[in-house]
Amino acid sequence: MSRVLTRRRLITGLGYTAIAGTVGGLAVSPSFRDLVLKGGETLAYNTHRLVGRDALVREYSEAEMSPDFRTNGNTTGATPAWEAARDTGFADWELEVSGLVENPARFGLDALRAMPARTQITRHDCVEGWSAIGKWTGVPLSEVLDRVTPKPNARYVVFRCADRFGLSLYYESIDMIDAYHPQTILAYGMNDADLQIGHGAPIRLRVERQLGYKNAKFIMKIELVESLAGIGGGKGGFWEDRGYEWYAGI
Amino acid sequence: MASADHDAALAGGDRVYRHATGTRLWHWTTVVTFVIMLMSGLMIFNAHPRLYWGQYGANPDPAWMEIGNEGPRGYLRVGELELTTTGVLGVVDTRAGERTARAFPWWATIPSGYNLARARLWHLTFAWVLAVGMAAYLIATIFGRHRRDLLPTRGEARPGHIWQDIKDHARLRFPKGEAAARYNILQKLAYLAVLLVLFPGMILTGLTMSPNLNAKLPVLLDLFGGRQSARSLHFIFAFGLVGFVVIHLVMVVLAGPVNEIRSMLTGWFRLPREKDT
Repeated sequence: MSRVLTRRRLITGLGYTAIAGTVGGLAVSPSFRDLVLKGGETLAYNTHRLVGRDALVREYSEAEMSPDFRTNGNTTGATPAWEAARDTGFADWELEVSGLVENPARFGLDALRAMPARTQITRHDCVEGWSAIGKWTGVPLSEVLDRVTPKPNARYVVFRCADRFGLSLYYESIDMIDAYHPQTILAYGMNDADLQIGHGAPIRLRVERQLGYKNAKFIMKIELVESLAGIGGGKGGFWEDRGYEWYAGI
Repeated sequence: MASADHDAALAGGDRVYRHATGTRLWHWTTVVTFVIMLMSGLMIFNAHPRLYWGQYGANPDPAWMEIGNEGPRGYLRVGELELTTTGVLGVVDTRAGERTARAFPWWATIPSGYNLARARLWHLTFAWVLAVGMAAYLIATIFGRHRRDLLPTRGEARPGHIWQDIKDHARLRFPKGEAAARYNILQKLAYLAVLLVLFPGMILTGLTMSPNLNAKLPVLLDLFGGRQSARSLHFIFAFGLVGFVVIHLVMVVLAGPVNEIRSMLTGWFRLPREKDT
């Protein structure tokens, strides 16, 4: 073969250089590695928001429910306010809704129960890999948001929780698309009973198109914000601050 | 340029252009991506080393496969069959040499320590590379000339021919001369199984595990019989691919590793010489 540079050789050479460069960069450069590894979440979030952003998850029949829905994460609240509320059977518990809203408000359990309710049998998928199917009853988050009127610059809904790992209180956040999704509910009931403490009493979030850790338990306060910076570690959630994806739709 | 298919004058020692640029670039991209996907996947599995059939499955539910430990004893259980696997599975050494309860050992996972968050970033980023590369390669193959290299001819598909090829492989008697310019029938069937069953199955079962894609494409749940079934099949397909890679590498070594690897790098393959007997 001659040594002339054919188009085929040029393409092959560039291709091999790209492959070798990527592998080398991943191996030796932590900043290049972090940059590349952000790619999956960015691509997934944008693709999922581009196509079928309003799709509903499957709702199962009662016969398909898990016989035993395990608890995980924290199984109790741990702040003085939550403990005091628990001691009254959550009779004097109140959900604070504030931040970028026209009418900040507080809602007791009875007020939430008086709003239109939704019951759904859905699958809970833990980031670890297991799944459990349970029946959730609660108020659509959109009903609560409608009563406080979000300001136009509100981009995220942040959930402040009463459970803690070590010194860090749990928190989570979702975008406005998931916040207004019809299956996104604040659940106060599970499997035809009041939500048990192990599962996040008095209310937990069900955001059905994302993994388990997004489904915050022991919610005390909902805050609408424009940016997640400055909250906790700035990544939008307890686990997100520890390296997990903020968008957990995969 | 000599076309491997239509030049009957080829003989052992001749050089033929066997692998197109696209095939070679895709091959090496897939090598890198597959290693990353497999090792990060094993780390993700370490977070919950149990597999189930059906829509749901968690610790209280029966698992058909499990890697676990009873105190210092590691085990692999498949159905009723349990094997003690201490040191290899279930109870393994960390990179620092400490015994720990973990399904797959450090040298098989990315990252090498337990880090589910990081493993997911690797897995869910390179999944795009794998899926886009796979889709491009499949489309180019189906609509391009490469299809002829992979599809068995009528003569090759005869049971008699396949049986003969199995016997030849078993005796490590490989095609020489002009016949070596083409893929043999077992090679074609193996490549087709990988391209049309294992990789697509891998990608589709992966997508089925996404709660958001479940909402968009509920047909995936029906196709595989539920998210936990899809997770089990994802694991089975992965080990099908591992099996393919092991055989593939053995065949490369037996068939002449320098010539084979060079041909996948440059495209040019030197036909093995017929033995003088």
